[in-house]
Amino acid sequence: MRVTFTVNGREQEADDVWEGESLLYVLRERMGLPGSKNACEQGECGSCTVRLDDVPVCSCLVAAGQVQGREVVTVEGLADQARERGGRATDGTTLDQAKGWQAKPHGAQAAQPGQLAPIQQAFIDAGAVQCGFCTPGLLVAADELLERNSSPTDADIREALSGNLCRCTGYEKILDAVRLAAARQDEVV
Amino acid sequence: MDFLRPASWEEALAAKAEHPTAVPIAGGTDVMVEINFDHRRPDVLLDLNRIGELHDWEVGEDTVRLGASVSYTRIIENLRSVLPGLATASHTVASPQIRNRGGVGGNLGCASPAGDAHPALLASGCEVEVASVRGTRMIPIDEFYVGVKRNALAPDELIRAIHLPRADGPQQFSKVGTRNAMVIAVCAFGIALHPSTRTVRTGIGSAAPTPIRAKAAEEFLAAALEEGGFWDNGKIIPPAVARQFAELVSGAANPIDDVRGSASYRRHALGVMARRTLGWTWDEYRGNERSARCA
Ligand SMILES: Cc1cc2nc3c(=O)[nH]c(=O)nc-3n(C[C@H](O)[C@H](O)[C@H](O)COP(=O)(O)OP(=O)(O)OC[C@H]3O[C@@H](n4cnc5c(N)ncnc54)[C@H](O)[C@@H]3O)c2cc1C
Repeated sequence: MRVTFTVNGREQEADDVWEGESLLYVLRERMGLPGSKNACEQGECGSCTVRLDDVPVCSCLVAAGQVQGREVVTVEGLADQARERGGRATDGTTLDQAKGWQAKPHGAQAAQPGQLAPIQQAFIDAGAVQCGFCTPGLLVAADELLERNSSPTDADIREALSGNLCRCTGYEKILDAVRLAAARQDEVV
Repeated sequence: MDFLRPASWEEALAAKAEHPTAVPIAGGTDVMVEINFDHRRPDVLLDLNRIGELHDWEVGEDTVRLGASVSYTRIIENLRSVLPGLATASHTVASPQIRNRGGVGGNLGCASPAGDAHPALLASGCEVEVASVRGTRMIPIDEFYVGVKRNALAPDELIRAIHLPRADGPQQFSKVGTRNAMVIAVCAFGIALHPSTRTVRTGIGSAAPTPIRAKAAEEFLAAALEEGGFWDNGKIIPPAVARQFAELVSGAANPIDDVRGSASYRRHALGVMARRTLGWTWDEYRGNERSARCA
C-alpha cells in the first residue's frame, strides 16, 4: 500500500509498504532516515521515539498505515522544529538534508549556530553521548519535555525519560544535559 | 495482509462483520509487538485510529463513558478526580511513549491477567459497551474476562466504551514490580470504597488465569465496617480486621510460579498490598468525613 504523511514538515510518500510494517521501518528503510534507531522492536527501549502529531511514541509500535495524513517529527527534524519554536518560519527538513545530517559536519570545527537544536547542543556539551544509540530517542523525548515544561524538576525529567534506556548507563550525564538545556532556555526567555 | 481504515464507527462495525477474523489495532502497543516478532500474522488489520469518538470521554452525573481508545496519558491528565483508581493504575503502565498510545480498550482486548487497568475496572464495577452491526450490549466487568487472555466479545464485536461509575469514595491501586517504569506486574491490587452503598470492591491482577475480585474479602470487610459503625464513626479499622481482609485477598488468588515471581510470593505480596491500600483509602475516607463535618 501507499502511505502519505508529513515527515519533519514536508509531505512524503512511501510505496509498496507491507500492511504489517512499522512506522520505524518506513522511516529507516524506505525514506533513508536512520536517526530513529531500531533496537528492541517492542517498545521497551525508546530508541525509536518520534513525535506523532506532537506526541512522543515508539515508532516501532505504530503501524505504517496508521500515520496516513498525520505528522511525524524525527530526530533529524529537531533543529528545524526548534527554530520554528523560536519564531523563525521554516519550510521543513527535506529527506536529503536529513540524510546528510551530522552532529559535527566533516572538517568543520563545530556545528554552526542554529544547526543543532538546543537539546542536541546540551547533550554534546554535557557529555551525554557515549555509544550514541539511545541518543536520538532521548533527544526527542527530552525536547518534548522542555517544550511543555520549561523548568522541570529532577522527578519530571526522570519520568519523561523513563521510556528510554541507555545501556552505556550514562544517565547522570543525560540528566545533566536536560538540566543544562532547561537552564539555557530560561536564560533566553 | 489487508489494512482497513474505517473512517467512522459504522464503517468499522461493518468491516468487522465482513471480516470477523480482522484484528483491531488501536494504540498498537500489543498488536505491533506480536507482528514485529512474527507471533501473529493477521489476514486483516482493522485500524481504529481514525474513529474520533473512540478517543472521547463524557463525564456524566453518575458515570463516565470512556471511549475505548482514550490514551492512558489522557486518563491521567483529565480523569483523576472522577476515576482515581483507574488514573493511578494508568500511571503505572509502561512509559510515557506507551501511555500516549495505549488505552483501556486495548487492555480489555488483550484481557491479559497482567493488564493494569483490570484491577481498577473490577473495583469500580464498570460495564463494557460493545457493539456490532447486530446492535449494542453492555457487559458487566465481572462477566468480561472468560479465560486466559480471552474476553466475552463475539467475533463481530468491537469495544466502543467503558462506563465507569464516578468514584463515590477513595480508590487505590498498587503494583509489585522490579522497577518503577516499564514493568509487567508481578501482581497488582485495586480497591474502591463505595460509601454510597457501604460496600468495598477489589480487583486482583497477575495472580490467577484472569483478573479477579476477592469477593470473600469484600464481603467480610463490608460486614465488619457495618457492624462497627465505621462508615459513620470514621474510626480507625482495627488491625485484626485489616489482617483478616489481607488474608482473604491472598486466599482469593490462584497464582502460578513464573519468571516474574513465585506463587507464594504473589500471595504474600497481595496480602501486603491489600492491607496497605485499605489503610490508605480508609485514611482518606476518614479525612474527608472529618473535613465534611468541620465545614
Ligand atoms: C513496552 C511495553 C510495556 C507495557 N507495559 C504495560 C504495563 O505496564 N501494564 C499494562 O497493562 N500493559 C502494558 N503493556 C501492554 C499494552 O500497552 C496495554 O495492554 C495497552 O492497554 C494496549 O492498548 P493499545 O491501544 O495499544 O492496544 P492494541 O495493541 O491496539 O490492541 C490490543 C488488543 O486489543 C484489541 N482491541 C483494541 N481496541 C479494541 C476495540 N476497540 N475493540 C475490540 N478489540 C480491541 C486488539 O485487537 C488487540 O487484540 C505494555 C506494552 C509494551 C509494548
